[in-house]
Amino acid sequence: MPGSLILSTLLFAAAAFFLGRAAARPFGTGARSRPVYHGALLALWVALPGLAVTVAWALAQPALLDRLLLAGLPAGSVDAIGTGGRALVLAQIHALAEGRALPHLDAVIVEAGARLSRWREIGRLALFATVAATLLVSFLVARTRITPRLHARAAVERALTVGLVVCASVALLTTVALLVALLRETVEFFRLVPPAEFLFGTNWDPQVAFRSDQIAGTGAFGAASVFAGTLLVAAIAMAVAVPLGLLIAIHLVEYARPGTRAWAKPALEILAGVPTVAYFFAALLAVAPAIQHAGRALGLVVSPNSALAVGLVTGIMILPLVSSLADDALRAVPQDLRQASLAVGATRAETVLHVLLPAAMPGILGGVLLALSRAVGETMIVLMAAGLVATISLDPLGTTTTVTVQIATLLAVDAPFDDPRTLAAYALGLTLFVVTFGLNLLALRLVRRASRTDAS
Amino acid sequence: MTSLPPPDVRRDARRRRRRAVDVWLRRLGAGAVVFALGLAGLMLTAIIVASLPALTQTTVRVDFEIDPTLVSATDPAAGDFRAIVARGAAALFPDAPPAEASAAQRILTPAATRILRQEVLRNPDLIGRRLALAVPAAGPYDQLARDHVDRQAPETRRQLDDADIARFDRLTADGRVARSLNFGLLFNGDSRFPEVAGLAGAITGSAMALAICLAICLPIGIATAILMVEFAPRNRLTVVIEANVNNLAAVPPILYGLLGLAVFITCFGLPRSSPLVAGMVLALMTLPTVVIATSLALRRVPMAIREAGFAVGASRYQVVLHHVLPLALPGILTGAIAAISQALGEAAPLLLIGMNAFVTSVPHGVTEAATTLPTQILLWSESPQPGFVARAAAAILVLLASLVALNGIAVLLRHRAERRR
Amino acid sequence: MARPSLLLAASTAEPSPPTKISAQGISAWYGPIRALENVCLEIPSNRVTALIGPSGCGKTTFLRCLNRLNDTIPGARVTGTIRLDGVDIMGQYIDVAELRTRVGMVFQKPNPFPKSVFENVAYGPRIHGLAHSRAELSVIVESALRHAGLWDEVKDRLASPGTALSGGQQQRLCIARAIATQPEVLLMDEPAAALDPIATSLIEALIDDLRESYTIVVVTHSMQQAARISQHTAFLDHGRLVEVGETTEIFSTPREKQTEDYITGKIG
Ligand SMILES: Nc1ncnc2c1ncn2[C@@H]1O[C@H](COP(=O)(O)OP(=O)(O)O)[C@@H](O)[C@H]1O
Ligand SMILES: [Mg+2]
Repeated sequence: MPGSLILSTLLFAAAAFFLGRAAARPFGTGARSRPVYHGALLALWVALPGLAVTVAWALAQPALLDRLLLAGLPAGSVDAIGTGGRALVLAQIHALAEGRALPHLDAVIVEAGARLSRWREIGRLALFATVAATLLVSFLVARTRITPRLHARAAVERALTVGLVVCASVALLTTVALLVALLRETVEFFRLVPPAEFLFGTNWDPQVAFRSDQIAGTGAFGAASVFAGTLLVAAIAMAVAVPLGLLIAIHLVEYARPGTRAWAKPALEILAGVPTVAYFFAALLAVAPAIQHAGRALGLVVSPNSALAVGLVTGIMILPLVSSLADDALRAVPQDLRQASLAVGATRAETVLHVLLPAAMPGILGGVLLALSRAVGETMIVLMAAGLVATISLDPLGTTTTVTVQIATLLAVDAPFDDPRTLAAYALGLTLFVVTFGLNLLALRLVRRASRTDAS
Repeated sequence: MTSLPPPDVRRDARRRRRRAVDVWLRRLGAGAVVFALGLAGLMLTAIIVASLPALTQTTVRVDFEIDPTLVSATDPAAGDFRAIVARGAAALFPDAPPAEASAAQRILTPAATRILRQEVLRNPDLIGRRLALAVPAAGPYDQLARDHVDRQAPETRRQLDDADIARFDRLTADGRVARSLNFGLLFNGDSRFPEVAGLAGAITGSAMALAICLAICLPIGIATAILMVEFAPRNRLTVVIEANVNNLAAVPPILYGLLGLAVFITCFGLPRSSPLVAGMVLALMTLPTVVIATSLALRRVPMAIREAGFAVGASRYQVVLHHVLPLALPGILTGAIAAISQALGEAAPLLLIGMNAFVTSVPHGVTEAATTLPTQILLWSESPQPGFVARAAAAILVLLASLVALNGIAVLLRHRAERRR
Repeated sequence: MARPSLLLAASTAEPSPPTKISAQGISAWYGPIRALENVCLEIPSNRVTALIGPSGCGKTTFLRCLNRLNDTIPGARVTGTIRLDGVDIMGQYIDVAELRTRVGMVFQKPNPFPKSVFENVAYGPRIHGLAHSRAELSVIVESALRHAGLWDEVKDRLASPGTALSGGQQQRLCIARAIATQPEVLLMDEPAAALDPIATSLIEALIDDLRESYTIVVVTHSMQQAARISQHTAFLDHGRLVEVGETTEIFSTPREKQTEDYITGKIG
């Protein structure tokens, strides 16, 4: 219903546009704005009140009708059912009004159901009439203001600016909503589990907490072991990605022939765009078994989803990020610095190691920090290591678990929103947010400082 | 006249060492490039090889008698197709004792009843006639047909006993077993049985989510960038928005899932597992990408173009719409490409809003339960049956192919936009 | 809607006042950098006023005050009053787009839009609704191109991109674009600086022709050019107005020592 009303409002506004434009045509060059703007302004003046009425009505009507319904019931008929009776009665009435047949109902409620469907019909007609009247009145009023002196363009542009500001606020609202959601659930979580327990406890077994009398204080939510697993995986990933990425960047910037660079660079960019599920699957399919076989050949016991395999694939995944940021940083080093070094007889390797790398260091460090933040926040690859048991262990050959895995597994079951497991996921989320936020802040500052020194 | 001192042996050694470092750095670098790209190539090869079994499907041709007493022409939907399938399966081995009828039926996929039913509903003229239908073989028999079953292994270590194998061999000898291209992979919905599981639901869900995502993030992202670059370049609000967007760009995707769960599902009461919520979550996730790419593209448009517009009395909006945006379009499209790749391939946030639900029907609206390509891949890759792993690999290829196709379209658009200037 | 309209104000003002633009106490800053200091200048109607002075003295800045183009530079600030036909144009509520329709500008570096020759000239008339049909628009474009002395050179390539023309042609295209909106004042910022001598003489002849219909303010760093094309000259130095008067007077009998030094080539 509101949908079709909104559609007709928009159609009416479109008509207003053409009428406004036609009305402004005879003004000729004496007008302050061109006819299109008069039309657009008229359409805005018509559409905005119409849409506002529709939306406000759609939002207000259900609550208003509910209140009227409850007031209309004989005194005591709701309280007789006991707590929660109000919601139950309302649900019954709504079901009746929607035409569903329910057995064993009080006559009062059956009658209320009929009343509700009658009221809804009335509401529909009233809404239709109100919107029609609003459209007509605003059109007539606005039409009188279409004069040659009207600065229609400026008015339309002011409206557009409001639209731009609204759009820009979405990004801000996202951050605010993210923070509020994370903080609210985390505070709730810390009511059940003390923060120190969460941050420093080493016993992570969220399934235990499901049994009702064990929620608080049993140590089942000690996340230190989860953090340790995350750090282990991130460390292995960085140990793979940083040296390889740097070598690739150095090679492509300093050594590779233009021909090589022409295909290697796009190839790396394509790698950066490959979805993480593909890496995840390849890890599951090929890398982890390969490492297991290799371990067996060396006489080592390797768990099927070892931290080593997880970290390795994560490292391969963030490798293009490291190499492309290092590439940028190296190429931003001024050409004369490079030539100065070569001119005193340094080899290319010496130039790279003693001159270019130090000069590019802030940019490279920034890139490394961004990659670290990616590795910490990466979920997919490490899902394969979805061991639910977390123990503090820095054994790269054993199974491990990470923050992101725990968030995904805690929420995989469709638990009620105030379940401690859900809340724990939000607490882990907040930790993840704080850590990655800090890393990004640092990284961006470094990268920006690097680009500033280039400019000067 | 003084001559140069004779070449010092120690200096010579030193020079050689310096040269060696240079050569080694070069070799190491080349090795790193080869290693990284080679490993990626190996991974892709592994995926392709793993997907091969899912590209074809073993089928068994069965003759079904559509008995009018079991399926009435007036109400075919209420017909007893289960009985028809049972009879058809039994007829495969006319000389076998009736006790083995159920064993014969196990050769066919359990979804055979549904397949037959669809076939008859689509074409009611079949009632009262005989229908020869190629029915997908059940998972274990598919493995058998591909020689993935070790016939020499002891019977207890196999899913199929010797009698099962003998039965299937006889069907093969009868010429009833065939291997055909597995179109069901693209056109079927998900299923508990790998032989009939397909990606139609996931593809539709991904397409819906992507459309919603782009419909939200492109206009809002472009508008944000325009406000930042063109209207308030030095405003405090702009500085805040820009810093905020830069940080949002690096927020781990999974946190957007937490946001979507808390806001869209719990607070607004939107349906779980729906492409609508998925699209909205992905839109928030890709918004920073679009804003950053667009503002970069806008900043790269020369100031002289704007001044030329202003000088003939164009307003800021006219300058932006008529001159700046057309010039920035290629850069904006680059941002859109990045957003598409991100939105189509990301699974982490979608896990939290229930996009990894088991849904067999293809969604018809954005509020119906659905999966997406990446979450479907996760679902399948975690299934124990061997058929599903191959299908997950094939699904990755479908995902990569659609990424390549969408990127190709965007690159083509960008090319046209670049040529037009 | 009580805001004064510049267009309406123009039609009610006195017929052809001797002063077209009157700038009083203009100071301008780019962030902390002061580019103009208390400049007062009257620009007479239907004459060519030349702004001369050493590089970086604020000529461009002053010119851009006259059509409020400094508004578009983040951090730029201008104070003082500027009246166009007696109406203050510095006010917050002036529609700058309307102002710039009346005060056209040609830049130091030719900056045609990356569109066709026709679209370049047609753009202004189109957004201001000066033409009601394609035919009318073509008439406006042709007359602007003829005025700018470019018509014969481009009449067969109206659809080719404006950026494909030679430098001198591009600058004349920009002049055509500026006069296509029928402005009253034409601001020209070293219009010949990027051009060869032949193109320069074409532009100079053009400026002399345009004087009949427009009030022209032209920035130049060439003394000879100022002497050739202007009737009125203002000399700026370090953001201050040093001297202003009839061109013949300034060049023959400068009142200020500073001016004399500059004109005779001792500074700048
Ligand atoms: N966009 C700007 N930002 C900062 N300073 C500027 C800018 N434009 C001009 N300036 C400074 O203002 C002064 C006057 O510049 P300008 O008016 O361009 O001089 P002219 O045109 O006479 O050569 C110079 O010192 C110049 O450095
Ligand atoms: Mg200048």
